[in-house]
Amino acid sequence: MKISESKCVGCGNCTYACPMGAIYVDPVTRKATVNSDECVECYACYNGLSKEHLPPRTVRFTRRMMSKLWLRFEPDPDICPTDALEPDELSWPRVVRRAFSDPRVPHESTGVTGRGTEEVKTNEISNRIGIGMVGFTIEFGRPGVGVRFHQIQEMSMALAALGVKIQPKNPVTAMMSDVDTGKIRDDILNEKVLSAILEIAVPVERTEEIIRTVWAVEKKIDTIVVLGVGTRCDEDGEERVVAPILERLGYTLKRAKTNLGLGRPQIREILREAPASAEPAKDAVAA
Amino acid sequence: MTNTLHRYGTAESFVDDYVIFALPAKGGMQQGDPLPALRRFLEIALEYNPVNIGDAMHGGGTRPTEHSRAIEHFARRPIKPDFQKVLDGIGEPTTFSAVFATREDAEAFVTRIVAEDLGLSINISSSIANALGCCKAAGITRHSVGYSLGFEGIQDNAPNRHVLSLSTMCGHGMISQSLAKKMIDMVKENRLSPDKATAALSRFCSCGIFNPVRAKRIIEEARKKTF
Repeated sequence: MKISESKCVGCGNCTYACPMGAIYVDPVTRKATVNSDECVECYACYNGLSKEHLPPRTVRFTRRMMSKLWLRFEPDPDICPTDALEPDELSWPRVVRRAFSDPRVPHESTGVTGRGTEEVKTNEISNRIGIGMVGFTIEFGRPGVGVRFHQIQEMSMALAALGVKIQPKNPVTAMMSDVDTGKIRDDILNEKVLSAILEIAVPVERTEEIIRTVWAVEKKIDTIVVLGVGTRCDEDGEERVVAPILERLGYTLKRAKTNLGLGRPQIREILREAPASAEPAKDAVAA
Repeated sequence: MTNTLHRYGTAESFVDDYVIFALPAKGGMQQGDPLPALRRFLEIALEYNPVNIGDAMHGGGTRPTEHSRAIEHFARRPIKPDFQKVLDGIGEPTTFSAVFATREDAEAFVTRIVAEDLGLSINISSSIANALGCCKAAGITRHSVGYSLGFEGIQDNAPNRHVLSLSTMCGHGMISQSLAKKMIDMVKENRLSPDKATAALSRFCSCGIFNPVRAKRIIEEARKKTF
């Protein structure tokens, strides 16, 4: 991301919008400037800030005059008043930053859409996490610190050394030069992304071993790790196996994603009648 | 997608936070066109007082504004979500979500969705107790569960906990902590109303899972409390 020097009026709104804190107002130029090494190309500034088209010279003049009177020109805090943000043309390896950081962009560089697999969200269809298995999502970089691939590699190699199979069809896995060892390709190791998710599935007996390994590695890497642990419930909807292990390890289980098991091999067909007028269309439901 | 899962806060702080989402399975494991069923999911949600709806590609009910003329700088900006815009913008099958702020609305919606039998995978992202309550109300049992173990090293009593509660409401990380802090500070200084602060944060959410009711409550709490 870059900021047009000719348009920027130095209001500083974009400095707050940046999740990485990578934008600052240069004291010499008085224009917002992007620290490109820290920028993860998430486009939060470009997509999230509202855009106005005020004339830059007029705004600068107004700001100067008002400051002399101890007043401030203050646009709404989520507006770029002169539409000064401009996306860069990204090439390899920098394009990887956007693929992992901008949620609206499919992973063209990896061939995988989304930040990961469907975990247990479609488990009733995919049976991705079967009975007796536990799926881990090990996410790096949130909230608001980001992560570089060499830090992710420390975790992936530690897990691979345990003989754990790293999930295929995951963007991080697609960046590996050797999935069996967890080695990530050298040319992206220093690229920084907003967040990334490493995914593994292991037998339930290995739950504690995996968590202790994650604890050991996360203390050595300069980012934040957040763990998600997915598993199947019993026939009665209870989950009596993994939760006790997690609680014994000191976790207080508060929040979860609960799959209701409503997915079917055949999605219900819903036919719609064309609206006869401006009234909302009425549904005709089939099957 | 772990973007709804890892929200910072105590279990009690999720009392008004029910993110319910629908998605088709990838990889040709299901037959049929998912898009009409996904649209139906959102249309049904609108009958149960959602506080936000959206899809993963186009965002939620409150989106950034874009002025075409300078004079519009002086116009008022919408702060209420526009759900019709979400429905009108539906383009491709992805993850569709609806957010509810009361137990009654969430449980009634889940009960209805179970009866509709759309064939899509439906998930509830909330406190474990909230989700169990929805299942009980709808007369179903859980198939699978994905626990959040929280951010390693960040305790419930961390400083700036209100900032974390707001910024982690977008699991894609689009809501910066700096902006969340600024919104709280501006409300504290009475330079901005909680409604406007909430709308400003909502506009950064790119998939419609931001909960404006919870956000407003957190901002109101932060206005009066210390960190």
